[in-house]
Amino acid sequence: MLDRREMIKRACLALGAALPWSRALALDESSVSLPFDNGERRLVKYPQKRPMIGLTSRPPQLETPFSVFNDGAITPNDAFFVRYHLADIPYQVDPDRFTLQVKGSVDRPQQLSLKEIRKLPAVELVAINQCSGNSRGFFEPRVAGGQLGNGAMGNARWRGAPLKTVLDMAGVRAGARQVTLDGMDRPVLKTTPDFVKALDIDHARDGEVMLAYGMNGDDLPFLNGFPLRLVVPGYYGTYWVKHLNEIAVIDNEFDGFWMKSAYRIPDNDCGCVEPGTAPKATIPINRLTVRSFITSVANDAKVRAGKMTLKGIAFDGGKGIKEVVVSADDGRSWTTAALGKDLGKYSFRQWTLRVKLAAGTHQLRVRATNHAGETQPMQPRWNPAGYLRNVVETVRVTAA
Amino acid sequence: MTRSILLALAPILFLGVARLGAFPIAYELPPETAAFKPGPNRDVVLNNCTTCHSADYIATQPRGPKFKEEFWRAEVNKMIKVYGAPIAEADVAKIVEYLATTY
Repeated sequence: MLDRREMIKRACLALGAALPWSRALALDESSVSLPFDNGERRLVKYPQKRPMIGLTSRPPQLETPFSVFNDGAITPNDAFFVRYHLADIPYQVDPDRFTLQVKGSVDRPQQLSLKEIRKLPAVELVAINQCSGNSRGFFEPRVAGGQLGNGAMGNARWRGAPLKTVLDMAGVRAGARQVTLDGMDRPVLKTTPDFVKALDIDHARDGEVMLAYGMNGDDLPFLNGFPLRLVVPGYYGTYWVKHLNEIAVIDNEFDGFWMKSAYRIPDNDCGCVEPGTAPKATIPINRLTVRSFITSVANDAKVRAGKMTLKGIAFDGGKGIKEVVVSADDGRSWTTAALGKDLGKYSFRQWTLRVKLAAGTHQLRVRATNHAGETQPMQPRWNPAGYLRNVVETVRVTAA
Repeated sequence: MTRSILLALAPILFLGVARLGAFPIAYELPPETAAFKPGPNRDVVLNNCTTCHSADYIATQPRGPKFKEEFWRAEVNKMIKVYGAPIAEADVAKIVEYLATTY
């Protein structure tokens, strides 16, 4: 008699033979090696997810295999990364009994069912959710925390109701400063600070911050916050509270641990400090830095000499990508790439460029600039928490 | 052949998650396979650390001379002071010893 895990494994192998994505993710390749020390990871299979790079199992943290980003500008739900902080996760959810509470400094406290939220005028927006610590494993000197490669990011078409709609229903009182956001996930111990985040009231009411129940035309996958999550376009994932069920309007600046002590960056223009040193002052992490990646060739790949099309993605924190330049000669000369379809200023922007590679080894680099003129540094910046990484990426290929 | 295996095992494949809609969802995680490596005071570590997180939280941290006793003492103190872990004073040194010598 096969045990359940063995049966699932065999079933997945059978599935793998039938589905196109099996080529890069066949289950016999049960592990991957992220390109930094101690970067060996198992490929793990969770319900509603394809094989993902397993970082931790309890609470679960899953990273997207990087090849997924070459498949399109939208990250499929079953490949979208997963990040939790606390292990008491609402694994049993009844969407018919779920309610969202809106309370605090409001005239009409609300208790809304999922059905009621779904009946509100809906908006759709393509936006990137990127973990603050995406790419932390590449920091040098290394820092403590989730040792992620570049796969703790994803881009989806979110559907939901603007947070503004619900706040207006509740009637925010004059003098309100912030909105706190709390999900159903809880700490195991009562002494551990619950994961609660806060946004300034004007940000919360900007009409773009969204109570999302839909993702790429489907319900949210459980591990991405089913049945309701916050979407904060242009902002790091830490604000995108999952399983969101409690919103409070407050008259002061929220002083909970996850705002006041965690997820903070140096209070200066680069969000960086001299490697190995501590910042003098910090602020809460906020908008995504400008990044770009080559997705069509992996580092150390062998390619045929001659003409080829390089492909990749670029993004920023909401100004929109203005230009992507690529260098195939170690940064000596740069050529402007063609930008793909514009899915909105919060989305991945695909790019392509025809290049000619002579036989030999080449350092391919990509650098994006947004509409505010912000770009990527040639040398990596450093901060003690391992946030904001956005150095110009280099992919080494050998053409023959 | 492939098709028949697929059909036969389809209910098992999707057993992990009930279909959404009117039905309550019951999400089932795969079994936790990460384990703490053998080492001194491993029982103390199991008693204190596994309440809140799996062993891979430790195993994936950076390695090397800068990630030994001082690094792990800071992590254990963070668990106590920041995350409210009820670790007895007497256990701190034992946990640090295990972590510094095992990872």
